[in-house]
Amino acid sequence: MTATDSGQLQAAETAKGNMTVRSESPVILIRPPRGWQAINLRDLWLYRELVFFLTWRDIKVRYKQAVLGIAWAIIQPIVTMVVFTFIFNQFLNVKPDAGISEAWYPIFAFAGLLPWQFFQGAMQRASTSLVSNANLLTKVYFPRLIIPSSAVAAGLVDFAFSFIILIGLMIYFGVPFTLQLLWLPVFLLVALLTALAVGLWFSALNVQYRDVQHMVPFLLTIWMYVSPVVYPIDIINVSKFWQVIYALNPMVGVIQGFRWALFGTNPPGWMFFVSLGMVVVLLVSGIFYFRRMERTFADLI
Amino acid sequence: MSDIAIRVNDLGKRYQLGSLHSANYHTLRDSLAGLFQPHEKTANGHIWALRNVSFDVKQGQVLGVVGRNGAGKSTLLKLLSRVTEPTEGEAEIRGRVGSLLEVGTGFHPELTGRENIYLNGAILGMKRTEIERKFDEIVEFAEVDKFIETPVKRYSSGMYLRLAFAVAAHLEPEILVVDEVLAVGDAEFQRKCLGKMGDVAREGRTVLFVSHNMSAVLRLTDETIVIDKGGLIMRARTPEAVDFYLSRGFAQEGQRIWETDEVPFSAVPFRPLAVRVQNGQGKVVNTIRSIEENALEIEYSLSAPVTGLRVGIYLMSTRGEYVFTSFDTDDSADFERLAVRPAGRYISRCTLPANFLNEGRFVVGVNASSYRVKRYFQDEQALTFTVDAAGAPGMQWPEARLGPVRPRLNWHIEAIEA
Repeated sequence: MTATDSGQLQAAETAKGNMTVRSESPVILIRPPRGWQAINLRDLWLYRELVFFLTWRDIKVRYKQAVLGIAWAIIQPIVTMVVFTFIFNQFLNVKPDAGISEAWYPIFAFAGLLPWQFFQGAMQRASTSLVSNANLLTKVYFPRLIIPSSAVAAGLVDFAFSFIILIGLMIYFGVPFTLQLLWLPVFLLVALLTALAVGLWFSALNVQYRDVQHMVPFLLTIWMYVSPVVYPIDIINVSKFWQVIYALNPMVGVIQGFRWALFGTNPPGWMFFVSLGMVVVLLVSGIFYFRRMERTFADLI
Repeated sequence: MSDIAIRVNDLGKRYQLGSLHSANYHTLRDSLAGLFQPHEKTANGHIWALRNVSFDVKQGQVLGVVGRNGAGKSTLLKLLSRVTEPTEGEAEIRGRVGSLLEVGTGFHPELTGRENIYLNGAILGMKRTEIERKFDEIVEFAEVDKFIETPVKRYSSGMYLRLAFAVAAHLEPEILVVDEVLAVGDAEFQRKCLGKMGDVAREGRTVLFVSHNMSAVLRLTDETIVIDKGGLIMRARTPEAVDFYLSRGFAQEGQRIWETDEVPFSAVPFRPLAVRVQNGQGKVVNTIRSIEENALEIEYSLSAPVTGLRVGIYLMSTRGEYVFTSFDTDDSADFERLAVRPAGRYISRCTLPANFLNEGRFVVGVNASSYRVKRYFQDEQALTFTVDAAGAPGMQWPEARLGPVRPRLNWHIEAIEA
């Protein structure tokens, strides 16, 4: 129902009594929750604009408060790229994927950092999102899933700025632009869903156990080293078994996908599907866990 | 039966003790450690904030909800607005519910007035097009048009409240749940809010109105439910319910004593101990005589020094009209002498002059605050007492005198024409 419709209904209400509105209005049944619940899609759809507004608020506030503002979103990946190039490429002699020029290591690292930093920021913000929006949770009803979702979505703006840098680097290093680039949104979507899945788990856990928020930075540090950010994926070639284990990290599939779309190396094969399967498992379980816990958020937070 | 907007059936909410205060959150370590220890604390470590509550509200009815702090009103509203879920029973609600549980929920200080209108509107469940349509109306109601592009952190508290209320008041749900919005703001603002609430009611929308302000409840509602200790104890026509509420549960001996669990944690370092009414002979009584000099005293302790503290009383008639407000440091010399009140135990006592109050029942409210800094403690219905008018002026006529005061004025009768 659009706002104009409801405006007309309001008018009809005065004209014809209250019957019109009531027959249109939903009956909400409030009762003790039982068992596990899936997503209430209708409710999410009704509140779709709130996702937009909360995302917009997060972005606006972040750039208003930071002195460096947008520059921060650009400086961070560039500095990290430079440091990684010196340490891993120059000193430790890590090479990019076979088939690309060694001189391309900086952009190779940047192509890994781009989805990684998006994931890291989005997942970290999502994890603390419920606790930092406690005042909303205890005062107003709306589908709670909106809060971690908009925290994840807010990371897309930083991603967009870093992406512009990537285009610049591609031109500088003479990386050819190919049609494979059109696959990037798919891998970005997988990164987003991964951040959301993990964010759902941690945000709900964080309401009940506040020490979760101290665990997240530590977990992310480890996670980066088990993802092919600074090294190429073909380093992991000990055995099929370890490759499967390795690919259970969804960011492996995402970063591999990014590099393939940009440089045409190591096309995403079965390992990508292992990663994808893991995302689905994490996301579905995350949604169910979140839905189970959300009824207690207002009481616990 | 289809004209019922809200039907509540045996609703109950149980809280685990310790989860009531956000300060007591659990850590993972506690939970893991708990796995290896017997669960002795959780066996009866819970409390029913609300239980066995049933009532219905007709479409278009404005129902008042009254009860003391902690009686379960807020829990009821949170359940009906789906912020939290019940432990037992059920409720059926027809139509969109808009809640005004606290004005300004979700306001962000860094954002401008315009941005906050959109954000807050969306949080309260408005569509973007709906907000756009009402934008000008909201700005006009809030009287902030000149500052609409200014971050709200630079707003005065009055402007902030007006804007927050304006957004919420322009929500058009079929059912509106209002909690204590009138507890804040100046008299003019309160008048405006009450007017707006009246309009909402006249438009035929269903309203649940929770307030400690009895005159607002009397003015806006026809019927009222009284909630006490988590249960619904009365539903009646508003004047009857208000009268019952005001005279129930108060110590009849002219004294109200606060137990530790009745004082909210937020009151620290202020800890109210008792408020008493004393007659001319210094005895604590329920009924005082209008023609005698009587006293009101508040006993309290401070666990830490407090700057700018004022401890005072509101006196109200049982009709909900204020008679006066007075603080112990109203005298500026006293206020300067006690700029910082050291920790310790105190009694603040004032005299009620002779020939002052009219006959009837009065309600004493207690307030301890530092102006513009913090309100430590407030209980608007701490105690009631009765005034007996025997011997007061005009008793030769056995009629009720209008007005809360009955002063003995110096009349001078002069014959100007013989």
